[in-house]
Amino acid sequence: MRREIPLLLTAVIGGIMIASFFVPHEWASVPADYLQQCAVIVVAFGYVLGGANVFRVNLDAIFKRHRDWPYKLVLVAGLLVTLILGLFVDRARFQDPGTPSLWIYDHLYVPMNATMFALLAFFIASAAFRAFRIRSAEAALLAVAALIVMLGRVPAGDAMLRAIVDHAGVPHAIRAWRISDLQQWIMDVPQNAAKRAILIGAAMGVMATGLRVILGIERAYLGGGD
Amino acid sequence: MGACVVAVLAAAVLSGVPPALAAAPAVADSVPAPQPASGLLFSDVPNDAGRAIDLHWALSPDDSVRNGRVVGYRLERAPSPAGPWAPVDSVGAGTSTTTDGSVERNTPYFYRVSACGPGGVTPSGACAGPAIARSSWFNTTRASVLAFTVLFFLLVLYYMFLAQTGRKPFVRRLAGIDAIEEAIGRATEMGRPVLYVPGIQDIDDIQTVAGLVILESVARMTARYGTPIRVPVAYPIPFTIAQEVVRSAYLQGGVPDAYDPNSVSFVSPEQFAYVAAVTGIMLRDRPAAHVFMGSFYGESLMLAETGFETGAIQIAGTANVPQLPFFVVACDYTLIGEELFAASAYLSGDARLIGGLKGADVLKVAIVAVVIVGCVLETLGHHGLTVWMQTQ
Amino acid sequence: MALERLERLDRRWLFLVLGLLVLGPLLWPLNLPIEPSRPSRQFNDAIASLPEGCTVLMSCDYDPASRPELVPMTKTALRQLWRKHCKVVVTVLWNGGPAIVDQTIEETADEFRARGEKLVDGVDYVNLGYKAGNEAVMVLMGQGIKSTFPLDQHRHDTSTLPILRNVTNYSSFPLLVNISAGYPGTKEWVQQVNSRFHLPMISGCTAVSVPEYYPYLQAGQLRGLLAGMAGAAEYEQLQGERGLATHGMDAQSLAHLFVALCILLGNVVLWSRRGGRA
Repeated sequence: MRREIPLLLTAVIGGIMIASFFVPHEWASVPADYLQQCAVIVVAFGYVLGGANVFRVNLDAIFKRHRDWPYKLVLVAGLLVTLILGLFVDRARFQDPGTPSLWIYDHLYVPMNATMFALLAFFIASAAFRAFRIRSAEAALLAVAALIVMLGRVPAGDAMLRAIVDHAGVPHAIRAWRISDLQQWIMDVPQNAAKRAILIGAAMGVMATGLRVILGIERAYLGGGD
Repeated sequence: MGACVVAVLAAAVLSGVPPALAAAPAVADSVPAPQPASGLLFSDVPNDAGRAIDLHWALSPDDSVRNGRVVGYRLERAPSPAGPWAPVDSVGAGTSTTTDGSVERNTPYFYRVSACGPGGVTPSGACAGPAIARSSWFNTTRASVLAFTVLFFLLVLYYMFLAQTGRKPFVRRLAGIDAIEEAIGRATEMGRPVLYVPGIQDIDDIQTVAGLVILESVARMTARYGTPIRVPVAYPIPFTIAQEVVRSAYLQGGVPDAYDPNSVSFVSPEQFAYVAAVTGIMLRDRPAAHVFMGSFYGESLMLAETGFETGAIQIAGTANVPQLPFFVVACDYTLIGEELFAASAYLSGDARLIGGLKGADVLKVAIVAVVIVGCVLETLGHHGLTVWMQTQ
Repeated sequence: MALERLERLDRRWLFLVLGLLVLGPLLWPLNLPIEPSRPSRQFNDAIASLPEGCTVLMSCDYDPASRPELVPMTKTALRQLWRKHCKVVVTVLWNGGPAIVDQTIEETADEFRARGEKLVDGVDYVNLGYKAGNEAVMVLMGQGIKSTFPLDQHRHDTSTLPILRNVTNYSSFPLLVNISAGYPGTKEWVQQVNSRFHLPMISGCTAVSVPEYYPYLQAGQLRGLLAGMAGAAEYEQLQGERGLATHGMDAQSLAHLFVALCILLGNVVLWSRRGGRA
């Protein structure tokens, strides 16, 4: 029964959700809406389990003085401070102006979040130099398209092209060239076509996996063997 | 007396009227009140759960000639012709339709429309009803989706059945999937762990489910070879599933004592906090193999580049198309789009799962055929297929 | 010899050069001309064609990581809407977003207040705040905005707010302006709201997400699309502003040129190695 009940629940709830897409009647839409609200509540409870695991793993490492245990101490302290401030100090005034929770948000969360995302630019430069090597015709096509789109998306691309072609004696048709127009065409036509093809394929995969899960053929996510 | 009633009515209903209409004075000496709208018609909105009624009326003759006497129209609703009337919507001049989306199903309503202007408010004099919103049993605009869904299910089930009877279809090998066992073997030889990242989304993303399914196969391999595995998870529910999957894999591998409860850890649903933790694991623990299977977003290149710097062999798979170029550039092997969902079938070798792959492929051929036929029909000016396939 | 050094180049030199190329134009602007693209014009025109004084739904689905790309377009959109005396109902579906979205709204509103124009929270705009549930929240809003958000970000009862008096569900809005950084975001709004409830929609998103939304733009499900900071700068240009995005485009231009150079240099190294072996 340990596996049969979850499989039965999956099949029934999956069937209701599929039916609600085609059947607007309240006999399908009301249970579907109710189940979606239940899902939100279940997910919220899951954070209790996750928080408990964070404490268990990191406190274990701290007490046993594993390598880099001071960083784990910082993690646990940060978690406790934010939790206590949010639950017991600020409470209903969470992140209101002048509150400690907003101070943490403005002076810790925002800079750290922005810094991590900003690192991506450096990684792109590093990956572009190291890994973007033209070893085949397809790779050459990819590189050319990437260069056109990168230069076409910024004002510098058109400015550079104008500096090259905008001279007396050059035919007007060439002087009117803009790399941003070529970039727009790449985004509108070949990129769109390829994107749609991959999306259709991925959608087939999503449907197939969903069907396997609903029918109970795919059971690996339950654990415990077949 | 009639003017008093109109004035009282106007005052009563104006409280619910948008500022543009409410600003009009009750009576202006120089501008006469607009002529009434007429011909109010109602209809149940089709293909819904009985929560809306469409309303249509003929414009006031003053609106038709645009003489400035009409600012807009006010729609009112009541349970009976005798009232009590309550405003439900206000629209501007020139508009002759609206939808009342606040009705209760199977409940009769009566409607009336009033023309409003600087000279006053003129009701139409008659009301329309009873209008009853009813639930539809089938959304007819989604018939095409249902047809393709049923066809898909039938194809998948048919090929699953065929595969079970011994006629397993041919499936081409995917280098990325073959490389997983090679990567785990490499990690075993080097005495270093395997890092498995099942994406950064919650369990409601089917890619996370696919990632956890593949984790089962990977965990079985690491249990068999005695290689440590590290699985940092971003959300609590996938975390509990991953714990159970890895624990079961070690149990079935006959080495339950080798299972480390700390091998699967909950990190953070915050995207960049998760990335910081995973890259920290890469740089400190130096896993020899990184397997990224699931839904990834902007952090994909950060994970892959950091992993490259540690010298690990990297295998990635995602259906998030914008992240594919980053994985292709920075990883040794990449599973693209639906190959992620096919991986569980490859790894398990289950005939039914492989049969399902064939069913999905056949439907793709059908979709290509429909696209080609649709393009030809549209070019020739026939829109029937396009109209049938438009959904609401 | 030089190519060998290039092949063994420590990537931290690349990081340093990139950092300087980004910092330089921020301190000494180049003022490169910006030409608005068609999707940006469509975004601008969609708001311009709204009737004066209408109530618009704006969903700001981002967190501080995407601030440079998305906050400028949020501010410009708010300015354009408030210049048309439109009222704005804001929702946030990212749990790290409510505070920064609130700050963005108040900063923009303060610009109008400094010019003597009154903008009142609850009358001219409201931030309904964050609600967990992703697509489930979008579907619930279709049944009722006030029932989905009984309290706003500042814990006012939404049933008493003047701005929401005539707002029931999506049918109360002529347009959805979605500013999104990923999931949940534009794709989910198109799938759950635009296709089910037929609410016209425009979107501003991070540059990395844009290719994913071009099919929706081409199909007409999106009526306009701002692509990252470049799109935000184009939008500012169309509105006659010189904001954060415009200032950032010089830096982004040099960064793109540098990355293009990295691709070329990396391949020069590869080809020279191949030529050396041949």
